[in-house]
Amino acid sequence: MTDATVQAIPARLDVAPGGDVADYFALLKPRVMFLVVFTALVGLVAAPGTVHPVLAIAALACIAVGAGASGALNMWYDADIDALMARTASRPLPQGAVTPDEALAFGTVLAIGSVLCLGLMANWVAAGLLALTIGFYVFVYTMWLKRWTPQNIVIGGAAGAVPPMIGWAAATGTVSLESFVMFLIIFMWTPPHFWALALIRARDYERAGVPMLPVTHGADETRRQILIYSLILAPLGMTPAVLGFGGMLYTVIASILGAFFVVFAVDCYRIREGEAADRAAKHLFAYSVLYLFVLFAVLLVEQGFGLESGAVPLPWTL
Amino acid sequence: MEDAEAERKRRQRKRSVAIAWILAGLVLLFFIVTIVRLGGSVAVRPI
Repeated sequence: MTDATVQAIPARLDVAPGGDVADYFALLKPRVMFLVVFTALVGLVAAPGTVHPVLAIAALACIAVGAGASGALNMWYDADIDALMARTASRPLPQGAVTPDEALAFGTVLAIGSVLCLGLMANWVAAGLLALTIGFYVFVYTMWLKRWTPQNIVIGGAAGAVPPMIGWAAATGTVSLESFVMFLIIFMWTPPHFWALALIRARDYERAGVPMLPVTHGADETRRQILIYSLILAPLGMTPAVLGFGGMLYTVIASILGAFFVVFAVDCYRIREGEAADRAAKHLFAYSVLYLFVLFAVLLVEQGFGLESGAVPLPWTL
Repeated sequence: MEDAEAERKRRQRKRSVAIAWILAGLVLLFFIVTIVRLGGSVAVRPI
């Protein structure tokens, strides 16, 4: 731990010893958890066949807790660098609200519990995928890649992309091309999403010694990489329509969303100086969240209401 | 110092109550999931 962390921790222990329930909830990274549950739900609904609603809710709860466990273990390991960054300094560990031992125990119990429960309530393929995701996020991304390579969020992004596959597996007991395509979309979405944030927070990451792309290769190279990934993501977002599990509504909305993603990425690439550059990166970051949410929401609506089967024939299906 | 001790106890109690609710929820969830997985025909069997 750094000196800054050591100084920050006793400050709150003197005032309010012991973590509140809200502190433990914050350890679960609720906002990330929401996106994980949402994409897993899409995977579950898009899967062929039907799942009993109770089992579907139980499976989603297990996936949510598993994602939360990953967040808690990440915060446990990263407490030292979290204390040095403005965005993360208010987390329970740097604040001293929860001790490292408590966070480690909390995360470990939830990780093991969520995997076992998913295995018992859904199936062991889904449970295995959840265990793999938690392990990858904690051991590969958090403990290794994050502090070692600027490709940290590219490779580590795989952990955040698996939930649709877990949802699909919970419903069918297997994985498929469709669920892999959903994985690929989130996987390719992660770099432009996080690098847009890293452009704004580059000084934070530099201070903490995290080798994010803007720190190691500069802002211009980051903007170039963002544009490349965005140009791949836009057509990739259309793949569900090509494979037939995205209908006409999905095709139209994915085209518009993808085009705007490229427009925001081009803006971010073009505008490189002053406040306007920060604003362009912020716009891309905010839009990327909206992009993924709407894309998966349309899939959810189409699959949930069976609209994809009534799709107007696409040029490449004629 | 007394304030800090009272605050520690208050938080500990809140954590204990939360754990109790979570355990009760898990018991209920396991019961319902068991019933669902057994299926409706479990009641229709030769005695």
